[in-house]
Amino acid sequence: MLKLEKRRQPSRAWAWGAPVVAVIATILAGGLLFALDGTDPVAVIRTIFWDPLFGQHASFYRPQLLVKAAPLVLIAIGLSLGFRAGIWNIGAEGQYIIGALTGAGCALAFYPMEGWFIFPLMVICGALGGCLWAMIPAALKVVFGTNEILVSLMLVYVAEKILASMSLGLLKNPEGYGFPGSRNLAQYPSAHNAEIVAGTGMHWGVAAALIAVIFAYVLLNRHLLGFQIRLTGEAPRAARFAGVVPARLVVFCLGASGALAGLAGMFEVAGPSGQISIDFNVGYGFTAIIVAFLGRLHPVGILLAGLLMALTYVGGGISQSAQGLPAATIQMFQGMLLFFLLAFDVLTNYRLRLTRREVA
Amino acid sequence: MTGTDILLSLRGLTKAYPGVVANADVGFDIRRGEVHALLGENGAGKSTLVKMIYGLVKPDAGEMTLMGKPFAPAEPKAARAAGVAMVFQHFSLFDALNVAENIALGMADPPEMRDLAKRIREVSEAYGLPLDPFRTVGDLSAGERQRVEIVRCLLQDPKLLIMDEPTSVLTPQEVDILFATLRKLSAEGTSILYISHKLEEIRALCDGATILRLGKKVATCVPRETTAREMAELMVGTELHVPERAGKLPGKVKLELKGLSAAAPTQFGTALKEITLQVRAGEVLGLAGVAGNGQDELLAALSGEITSAPGMVVFEGREIGALGPNGRRRLGLLTGPEERLGHAAAPDMSLTENALLTGAEREGLVSNGFLKWGKARSFAEAIIERFDVRTPGPENAARSLSGGNLQKFVIGREVMQRPEVLVVNQPTWGVDAMAAAVIRQALLDLAEGGTAVIVISQDLDELMEVSDRFAALNEGRLSEVVPAKGLTVEAIGLMMGGAHGMEVAHV
Repeated sequence: MLKLEKRRQPSRAWAWGAPVVAVIATILAGGLLFALDGTDPVAVIRTIFWDPLFGQHASFYRPQLLVKAAPLVLIAIGLSLGFRAGIWNIGAEGQYIIGALTGAGCALAFYPMEGWFIFPLMVICGALGGCLWAMIPAALKVVFGTNEILVSLMLVYVAEKILASMSLGLLKNPEGYGFPGSRNLAQYPSAHNAEIVAGTGMHWGVAAALIAVIFAYVLLNRHLLGFQIRLTGEAPRAARFAGVVPARLVVFCLGASGALAGLAGMFEVAGPSGQISIDFNVGYGFTAIIVAFLGRLHPVGILLAGLLMALTYVGGGISQSAQGLPAATIQMFQGMLLFFLLAFDVLTNYRLRLTRREVA
Repeated sequence: MTGTDILLSLRGLTKAYPGVVANADVGFDIRRGEVHALLGENGAGKSTLVKMIYGLVKPDAGEMTLMGKPFAPAEPKAARAAGVAMVFQHFSLFDALNVAENIALGMADPPEMRDLAKRIREVSEAYGLPLDPFRTVGDLSAGERQRVEIVRCLLQDPKLLIMDEPTSVLTPQEVDILFATLRKLSAEGTSILYISHKLEEIRALCDGATILRLGKKVATCVPRETTAREMAELMVGTELHVPERAGKLPGKVKLELKGLSAAAPTQFGTALKEITLQVRAGEVLGLAGVAGNGQDELLAALSGEITSAPGMVVFEGREIGALGPNGRRRLGLLTGPEERLGHAAAPDMSLTENALLTGAEREGLVSNGFLKWGKARSFAEAIIERFDVRTPGPENAARSLSGGNLQKFVIGREVMQRPEVLVVNQPTWGVDAMAAAVIRQALLDLAEGGTAVIVISQDLDELMEVSDRFAALNEGRLSEVVPAKGLTVEAIGLMMGGAHGMEVAHV
């Protein structure tokens, strides 16, 4: 008989081992599904997990990894701060959209003027937009005690409507022959988030993501505010005893994650995407939730998890064209990853014991 | 005594958990109608033993016989069917349901509510525990809730009733009522296994006692013929060190509460009503009270977790009612809450992090918002060293410590910060006698050094041992504060609310 037994303290080995085991389990279970479907599992797994890194066209795919990973890491770092404190911002997707809108809106307000200050101003506007959008659930929670999970999630759909309205109205390209969507910022040098080193995929958003990782690491490990965040998540009552003001933490965590999601949206619209369009958002804000948990809510873990998740995006894209797999394959992989991670997480706090059935 | 006189007989009961032997070769007999005490410190193995009798834990070895037949309950249901009932220390009642509904929930096949209510009335009155079946449990006092649990057991007509620390939630008057009931039950032939570490109670009530230490039976005795001190020494295994203090004159007023009132923080919490007291440098003020009469709320109002009008809390002449926890710490008002895990300490965080939890302010563990880990670690090590906290090191999680060791750590953490005023709630709850003595001595030493100390406790013996002055909390109100010396148990009981309006049906 298998029995779960609570550990005296959480196992460090399992805390870090669980994501690795979850990845392996996902690959095995995914391979099994493909095999049942009649597709060669080894080929598919190879296409998704190997080819983007070391395959024939890897030099083309590797920069793509950075492009996909940057927004995921940026958003997930912000989310992890709140998640550590038990403050659940599920609406990063909405903050991402609003950040893109305010960032692009700022640029388009100056068009066609050129100036060094335009891009930095866009960065500020993008962060501010996402932050303010996240302040809605924060204010409602602090003042009325509403559930931030529901409010932030619902605001994603509001943000999508605003995005559609903007692409069809206020921000629509006047020279776009009536098509929805804004001007392409890639053709507006002062606003373009170009690659810092050409051909590497390394744009300003990637730099921002790396800075966010370092910043979050220092905050959580060396700063009182980070300690209060962790304490609130571990033992809310002890946190109040230690003098933490919960409302202040709610505002900080939602504000910071909103600002980072807004930044990610702004870097995306000014760079890889180039323009505001109705289908601008592709779910980074939701995938980042998986990234945050897969990375153990730890900054360095999130960096690795973001790269891994980017790999499934890029690899999944290749497998669509190479093996003709449906686009939902990527989502299935991501879903399984979260599922297995949560399952193996049990082993951090519990150990499995084989016991003989006791005789009654 | 003939063999048929014996109700329950235990032989060689052994139960081991990973790393610890909870019971080793324990055996004793309980006669019909006997009130048998099971005595021992926390961690001596009392709980494990009764869990085996009640079918919650299966013994690794050994056997039990009930009325001459082998008895090995696979689950509590089987134990209940065989006639064993148990009243737990922590009640399992739903606050929002009424008494009869709560009792029906625990029955395999509950009768009609009207019939059940009638039976509850009959049984409760027959045993001197009047109980209205239609009252909502959330409105009952702790003593009345215990009645619900006892009546629930009596409805099964048990042959053996196990009671786990039943008096920890009662006033002395309520204890008398309970004892009358237990004596009546015993006179009718029901055996009672009575678990406690309160020696005077055991001497008053029990016919025989088995003393456990570190999982082994160390002695049996007849409590009426044994002194409390002898039993205590059997329990602890060494001579007990009684905290000592030098008499001295109290200094100036350190902390003053002026009509402190606060709404109940939760639905079933207690509102504080017009609490007025003064505590002076160098004195220990003991606050008694049955659980749930405002102790937690008073501590929170002093720690700053609940704020009030500024003038309601005055520290060295300064109005601080509106100040938060860290502002009060800065001034020197430190507190130690009752709940170790989750309130005084974060269970999954290391001892270093837990040292930081309240020490950041006064120990200078933070500069410009950045944490000084090295200094925090040294502070944790200093606490561990001075209070003899048994742990491999400060990097271990708080929850890996035993209750007594963690309590030494969290009280030590406050004591080491040289408080001007220290307020502790249940400082030795669930702690072994050795650790309790260390903690009490530390509190007394602190008072010796000029700190004003407030000890909130449900343990009257403890309060009598450490207090200079004494008061009791009852439904959020504080009684008059009186000198502790010469107080009688009856007087204390009345301050605690007497029998809380409960009366004995005369039987």
